[in-house]
Amino acid sequence: MKIYDGGKIIVGLIVFVGLFTFPFVYNIGKANVMPEPKINTPAINELTEKKCVESKQFMRAEHMQLLNQWRDWAVRKGERVYVNSEGKPYTISLQNTCMHCHSNKKEFCDQCHNYMAVNPYCWNCHIAPKEKES
Amino acid sequence: MSMNRRQFLKIAGMSTVLGLGGVPVINLLKGDKSEASHVFVNEKALTAKRWGMAIDVSKFRTDDDYKKVIHACNSIHNIPDFGNSKDQIKWIWTDTYEHTFPTQPNEFIEESVKEKPFVLLCNHCENPPCVRVCPTKATFKRKDGIVMMDQHRCIGCRFCMAACPFGARSFNYKDPRLGLKPEDENTQYPTRTIGVVEKCTFCAERLSKGLIPACVEASQQIAKDAGTEAAMYFGDLDDPSSDVRKVLAGRYSIRRKPELGTGPSVFYIIGGDKNA
Repeated sequence: MKIYDGGKIIVGLIVFVGLFTFPFVYNIGKANVMPEPKINTPAINELTEKKCVESKQFMRAEHMQLLNQWRDWAVRKGERVYVNSEGKPYTISLQNTCMHCHSNKKEFCDQCHNYMAVNPYCWNCHIAPKEKES
Repeated sequence: MSMNRRQFLKIAGMSTVLGLGGVPVINLLKGDKSEASHVFVNEKALTAKRWGMAIDVSKFRTDDDYKKVIHACNSIHNIPDFGNSKDQIKWIWTDTYEHTFPTQPNEFIEESVKEKPFVLLCNHCENPPCVRVCPTKATFKRKDGIVMMDQHRCIGCRFCMAACPFGARSFNYKDPRLGLKPEDENTQYPTRTIGVVEKCTFCAERLSKGLIPACVEASQQIAKDAGTEAAMYFGDLDDPSSDVRKVLAGRYSIRRKPELGTGPSVFYIIGGDKNA
């Protein structure tokens, strides 16, 4: 069997495979840093029972849906008190309730959002708590 | 297996009944935690059938009074200041008598009325043209008569600005945070973002906490300090015993461009004493 321009094709294939696999080869053995959202803020440390509005598992998986519901209840229906599954009431407000406790956006929100490369535009309007540049 | 028409209809009917009954049963069994939660209106919230406002500009004594009232709104709602009228964001502002009431030409009107700046804000119309044209329902009418903005849904098409006959809506041509000093930000309230339309909301967020609108509160504070009558009144237009209805019952008042049929809920008291 004869391949026309065989040398060039094979060299080309090797270069292609090399370039294509470079990111994988380059990262072999390097563990990706897992996001570690920190809840070490003054407001949370003061809480006797460190609980968010719903369970940790629920918040981790569903906080975006919950925020969307909060948004619609507060703005469109004017209902601004949320009673959670344990019967505890909370004021519906991203800035005044969520970010009051989680006053460390860079160490909490951004940790997972950056890891997942998602860029929610909540803070284009909602003012994030003032933090020191780190 | 063969079946006759009667058997087929029996099976089809039974499966429909089972299918319809199935959804609530499945939902009940699921027992999702979030579904046990519910929402309320705050107990302290002020409620009404139709919120309205009455403004008596003759009670504004100095330019400072106007500034205080406008500043009360601007500072709470993070209104940017770019220093030019093209980029201006207006929630509450002032204009001349001729511009406020263009269809009431009367060159011999009382000097005190003619020369005074009028305080303008969104009229929260009964029949709001901005709501009718909004393609995304970003602006909508609440049950209590407030014409509300949902900034999350606004796509910045500016139909509402074209529809509003009162110029009560402003477009964010620039990122509003550029026109706002970080130390002046009210961290309790959001700013807006570039490319959305905004306007006065009758302080919906304050009403939900049991507070009256910031401009009315400021005007009442001015009156209290000076020992005079307040220039602005707020209340339920549907309730004859409300502040606003009492004032309107005793004095002559006009509305902006009533001939357009939008039904403004902001009234301007013209001349006359309290019991005239």
